[in-house]
Amino acid sequence: MTPAIALVDVHKAFGATPIIRGVNLEIEPGTRQALIGPNGAGKSTLFNLMTGKYPVSSGRIRLKGEDVTGRRPYEINRRGLSRSFQVTNIFPWLSVFENVRCGVLWSLGYRYSFWHRVDNARDVQARTEAVLEQLNLAGRRHVPAGVLSYAEQRALEIGITIAGGADVILLDEPTSGMSRSETEHVVQLIREVTAGKTLLMVEHDMGVVFDLADRIAVLVYGEVIAHDTPERIRASAAVQEAYLGVPQPAA
Amino acid sequence: MSAPATARPLAVGRVAGAGRLRAYAPWIAAALVLAALPHVIRTPVAVPVMNQMGIAIVFALSYNMLLGQGGMLSFGHAVYFGLGGFIAAHALNLAGRGGLYLPVPLVPLVGGLGGLLCAVVFGSFSTTRAGTVFAMISLGVGELMAASSLIFDRFFGGEEGITTNRAKAPLLFGLSFTRDREVYYLIAFWVLVAAAAMYAFSRTPIGRMANAVRDNPERAEFVGYSQRWVRYVSFCAAGLFAGIGGGLFAINYEILTAENMGLTASGAVLLMTYIGGIGSFVGPVLGAVVFTFLQSMLSDYTGIWLLYLGVLFLATVLFVPAGLAGLLMLHAPAWRARRLAGLIGPYLVAAAVALVAAAGIVGLLEMVHFVASAETTRATKRLFGISVAPRTLTPWLGFAALAVAGALGLRWAGPRAAAAFAEASRPDGRR
Repeated sequence: MTPAIALVDVHKAFGATPIIRGVNLEIEPGTRQALIGPNGAGKSTLFNLMTGKYPVSSGRIRLKGEDVTGRRPYEINRRGLSRSFQVTNIFPWLSVFENVRCGVLWSLGYRYSFWHRVDNARDVQARTEAVLEQLNLAGRRHVPAGVLSYAEQRALEIGITIAGGADVILLDEPTSGMSRSETEHVVQLIREVTAGKTLLMVEHDMGVVFDLADRIAVLVYGEVIAHDTPERIRASAAVQEAYLGVPQPAA
Repeated sequence: MSAPATARPLAVGRVAGAGRLRAYAPWIAAALVLAALPHVIRTPVAVPVMNQMGIAIVFALSYNMLLGQGGMLSFGHAVYFGLGGFIAAHALNLAGRGGLYLPVPLVPLVGGLGGLLCAVVFGSFSTTRAGTVFAMISLGVGELMAASSLIFDRFFGGEEGITTNRAKAPLLFGLSFTRDREVYYLIAFWVLVAAAAMYAFSRTPIGRMANAVRDNPERAEFVGYSQRWVRYVSFCAAGLFAGIGGGLFAINYEILTAENMGLTASGAVLLMTYIGGIGSFVGPVLGAVVFTFLQSMLSDYTGIWLLYLGVLFLATVLFVPAGLAGLLMLHAPAWRARRLAGLIGPYLVAAAVALVAAAGIVGLLEMVHFVASAETTRATKRLFGISVAPRTLTPWLGFAALAVAGALGLRWAGPRAAAAFAEASRPDGRR
């Protein structure tokens, strides 16, 4: 089966500093997977490489079998990969409704149209409404997104990400900074919106990781040291060593 | 949470026809006002001033497609207005010589296509980046065109510019546009068409994404949109409508000079748009009307009217960054709660003392201008209908006293007006 995402010997250096040092990783379609690792391991950088925010220094990235190395973020998004951000990244002056609608427009084929009226586009309205209901934000639709509470903004962040119906979803720390009950709510939301899709998420909350993930990839100092089922990752000596802060030998 | 939930079925349940009427009502009202204006205001200067306002409205609305809608601060938008105007003027001349069937009412369309063409060319590289880089490039393009106007003499007509004659163009429906009022209705028609088209543009997918790119270009790229292409399309649309404004200018004044596409003209459209308010669609309309009014009225009375416009701009940036439209919008809650009437008193008091302060400051400024300008040999100057002698001490003391009294009065009346505003805007049930 063609992997949803395949990284082949991916390297990334900022100046002389190597951050990603030869990552090989395949994410099977239809699975929920987590990317874990200590701070500074390069998890967000890896996300930024996969989504086209940064160019790779070397190596190839394939999305559903197609080589997308060097593609711009919007080109990768149009091929069915969508991501959220670690630091909330929404359209602060637009209403909650408009934020979600921005995530919908391209996927429904409206592109750069100046001959359609958004208010008359029933498919756009319907899809946006459905996402708002899923997010439990329908009652806040007219509020500028910038004045939402933190937890609401995080939910909206996920909403924009999934609104376009992408089948490969990358979530960067979706539960960071949330209370226990808010986290439970978000986990439930993620489970709902990624049903039948491929999910790769960066997450620090191990409860969330073991709750959601079918498989876990462990990134340490820019290398994937393990990629396996949650049970085996939990038992792995190498992973425990990494999390206990024992320095890894240089590659 | 409960209030929006109950409000929603009401909104959905509203009859579609009523909703449509409500959407068109402002446009019908605007058309009626435009049609009635020359019959209501009958002073001889009114029609030329209103023509100027109409042109400024189209220009300012097109500018706000960049600044307010797309987050692009341009210092060279007059380039597209001016080039559109030059192209329209040349087309009108060609039509006058019989080389082209182009009746006057269609000339703005030619100007628009000219503006669009220029925006397609210059926008291709100036919209690659937003923010400071965009602003710098717009400045550069403005300077480039100013230099070109001296080089391409045949097209720009050198220092005299290009003149044209709308009376020589072929007729459409027998309209010759020899009278001011005919030109007024032509401009009014195009103002309405252009404004409606620009509003419609803001409600299209690209128009909505222009807002999104303004807010957060990075995120827009991760939902499938190239920020550069979104800016480029908006830029081209803004060029089109600026060109239509330029075409109207060519018809109205029958002359275009390099000044029309220069830095001053670009600065003026920035000022009027900002004063009106970049946050709403009607803001630039208000700004264009107020700016043009002050420009044409003040320049009759004082040589330092530009200074007053500059002060107005500074005051807007410092105290009312949302502009006149934003200031009006602030009163929406009070209006909905039917408490606007309670504001009239405190506002009138505040306005009265502000006028006293302004009179004092204006008096001082005018006297400084009088004393400082070398040409005057007279000893007196008329100010506010009275004769004052700026080279004596008394008027200085008098105006200074007015300014101080007004400022002190404002310190008393200002907080009271603000308190009245807060009281009137207070949501119901939160005493």
